Amino acid sequence: MFGMITPSGLHFERHHQGWVDIDPRRHRFMINGLVKTPMVFTMEELMRMPSVSRMHFLECGANTALEWGNSAVPTVQYTHGMLSGSEWTGVPLSLLLERAGIDLSKAKYILAEGADGSSMTRTINIENALDDCLVAYGQNGEMIRPEQGYPMRLVVPGVQGVSWVKWLRRIEVGDQPYAAKDETSHYVDLMPDGMQRQYTSIQEAKSVITSPSGGQRLMSQGYYCITGLAWSGRGTVKKVEVSTDGGRNWREARIEGPVLPKMLTRFNADWVWQGGEALLQSRVTDSTGYVQPQRAELVAVRGTRSIYHNNAVQTWRVKQSGEVDNVQLG
Amino acid sequence: MFSWVKRIVVLALVAPNISTASSFSEALNDLGRAATAEEIAAWDIDVRPDFAGLPPGSGSVEDGETLWLDKCAVCHGDFGDSNEVFSPLVLGNITPEDIESGRVAALQDPAVVRTTLMKVSSLSTIWDYINRAMPWNAPKSLTTDEVYALVAYLLNLGYIVDYDFVLSNNNINAVQALMPNRNGMTTDHGLWSVNGTPDVVGSDCVTDCQVDTTITSFLPDYAMNAHGNLKDQVRDYGPFPGIQTAPVDEVADMSDAMQSPVPEALLTANGCTGCHQMNGNLVGPAFTDIMAKYAGQDALDYLKGKIKNGGAGVWGSMAMPPMAQVDEEALQTIATWLAAGD
Repeated sequence: MFGMITPSGLHFERHHQGWVDIDPRRHRFMINGLVKTPMVFTMEELMRMPSVSRMHFLECGANTALEWGNSAVPTVQYTHGMLSGSEWTGVPLSLLLERAGIDLSKAKYILAEGADGSSMTRTINIENALDDCLVAYGQNGEMIRPEQGYPMRLVVPGVQGVSWVKWLRRIEVGDQPYAAKDETSHYVDLMPDGMQRQYTSIQEAKSVITSPSGGQRLMSQGYYCITGLAWSGRGTVKKVEVSTDGGRNWREARIEGPVLPKMLTRFNADWVWQGGEALLQSRVTDSTGYVQPQRAELVAVRGTRSIYHNNAVQTWRVKQSGEVDNVQLG
Repeated sequence: MFSWVKRIVVLALVAPNISTASSFSEALNDLGRAATAEEIAAWDIDVRPDFAGLPPGSGSVEDGETLWLDKCAVCHGDFGDSNEVFSPLVLGNITPEDIESGRVAALQDPAVVRTTLMKVSSLSTIWDYINRAMPWNAPKSLTTDEVYALVAYLLNLGYIVDYDFVLSNNNINAVQALMPNRNGMTTDHGLWSVNGTPDVVGSDCVTDCQVDTTITSFLPDYAMNAHGNLKDQVRDYGPFPGIQTAPVDEVADMSDAMQSPVPEALLTANGCTGCHQMNGNLVGPAFTDIMAKYAGQDALDYLKGKIKNGGAGVWGSMAMPPMAQVDEEALQTIATWLAAGD
C-alpha cells in the first residue's frame, strides 16, 4: 500500500454473524429512545440530505493482538493488517439526532444496531455520537461494499472498528450503556489483577513501518526510504520519529501527505543500509502530546493477556543477509 | 439560462456550511417520518444491564436442557464446554467463592481458558444475545420463554442455579446478584472517552536512550513458512521483494506430482464454478463425477462440444447453457483436464 487510502477491495473484513445482502430500496434506518419523535428514514431520504465526506482510519481493536506475548506472525499484514484509511461519505449523525429531537438533558449513550443475523449492537458515548460520527453510505467514491455494510454503516472516527456498526438499521438514544455481547464477553481488556476493562473504545496513537518490514528482503546496500503509517484516535499526528538501532537514537521522519484528524498519516525517512544488522522502529507523537509506548512499557502495566488495544512500537530486524523479520526487544 | 444561474447561487449559499438557512431546514425536515409503535416494538428488543427492555416470561433449567441439546449443542457441546466452533461458554472454572465475591479468581491464571461465564458481568448480556442472535442458523426464532430456559440451563452448567430452577423476569435480579464475575469489570481507564487519560505514555527520549535492545522474541526458521510462502505475499518487483520461505524443491515436486493440475483460474474466469464444484452436485454435476463418467472413453471432443454448445438430460433436468465465451485454448485445457479423469 502506498499513501494513506486503502483500496476498498483490499479492506480487511471482520463480521460478527456473517454478512447480509440488503436491497437499499427496502432498507430503513430508525432512531428511537430518548428523542422527541422516533423517526424512520429511507436510503433515498438519507441520500437527499446534505452530505459530508471525511477521511478516517478504521482499526480493529484486536489489531496486533497476536503480538502481546511474543513475536507470533511474520509480516506487517499479520501484525497490523486490520487497519485501513478511507474517505467516508454520509450524513452527520448529529443532524439526524437533532431531527428526531434528541433529549440532550438525558442522553448519555447511543446504541447502534446492524441488520446482520445477530442484529449486532454496540454502545457509543454521546460525546462521540454528537461530535464526528457519520451515517455513511459512500466509501472511496463508491457505495460502501456489501462486506463493509452496504448500504450504510456507522463511522465512529478514532474508535475501534467493532463500533462502526455495518448494515446500520437503528440508533437508540439512552442514559446507560448497554453491555452488548461484544462489550462484556469480548472486546474487554483483561488486566494482570483479573479485572476486565470494559468499553475500551479509543484507538490510541500508533505507528508502524511498512517498508522495509517483516518478510521482505533488501537486495543490496545503499539508500532506502523507510516508510510507514501513523495515526491517533485522539486527534492528529504531530510527529513521527524513526530509529534504526532499536530505540537508542531517534530522528524525525518526513510527513509524506496530508495530516488529518483520526486518519492515517504516511511518513518516510532516509536511510543508508551498510550491510549490518539494524533494528527499525517508528514512534508517533499525537496532537495531545501522547507518545507511542515501547512494548515493554505497555506490558509492564497491562500484562500480555488483554488481547485488544496493543499500540506498542513495532520492531523489524534487518539481518546481514538483507532479510527482515519481526522481533521483540527487552 | 436563468435557472442555471439561480441554481449556482443556491449551491454557493449551501455548500460551505451544513447548517442551512431556515427555509431549507424546514424542507429538510420533511425527509423522514415518525416511526410507528409497531415498528419500534419489532426492532427495539435490546435488554440493558438493569433489565430495562426485558419481556416477561419464564423457563426452567430442565426445558433449557432439552432445547440446548436440540439447538445449541451442535456448536457449543452438550455442556457448553466445546472449543470446536466457538470458545467455551462454561468449563467449570467458577468456584462458590467467586459467586460470593463476584470476581472470578481463575481470570488471573494464564493457564485457565477464559469462558463466557467467567468473563460476563451482566446476565442481561446473555439473555439479550441469545434472544437476538441465537441459534446461529436461525436468529430470533426462539420464543421468550425458550430464551429464559436456555439462560437457566447455562447458569446451571456454571453451578450458579440448581437443576430445579425456573428463571423468570421476577427473579432475574436475584440471579444477577450471583453472577460470578459481576464485580470484575472496570470503566476506570482512559479508553472510553476521547479525552480520557492514557495509562501508559512512551518516552520522548531522542539520543542515547537507555533501552534494552536485547532481542527477546523472534520467529524461528521453521515457523517462517507457517503463513504460506512470504515471497508470494509481497509485490514481486520493487525494492522490497518477499523472502522465499517455502522450500524450493517442495514447490517443484508438487507441480511434478500433478499430472493434470486443476485449471482453477480458467474454471473461475469462465463462470464454470457458478454451477459446478469439485465434489458434490451444485446446480450441475461435480467435476469429479464428470471425470468418473467419461474416464477412459476418449471423450475430449464430446466434452468440448458439451461445454461449447450446452446440453440437457445427461445429469438431470437442469439444462447447461452454451458457454460460447470460453475461448479455444481454455476449452482445450478444461476438456483435457476433465477427460483425463484424474
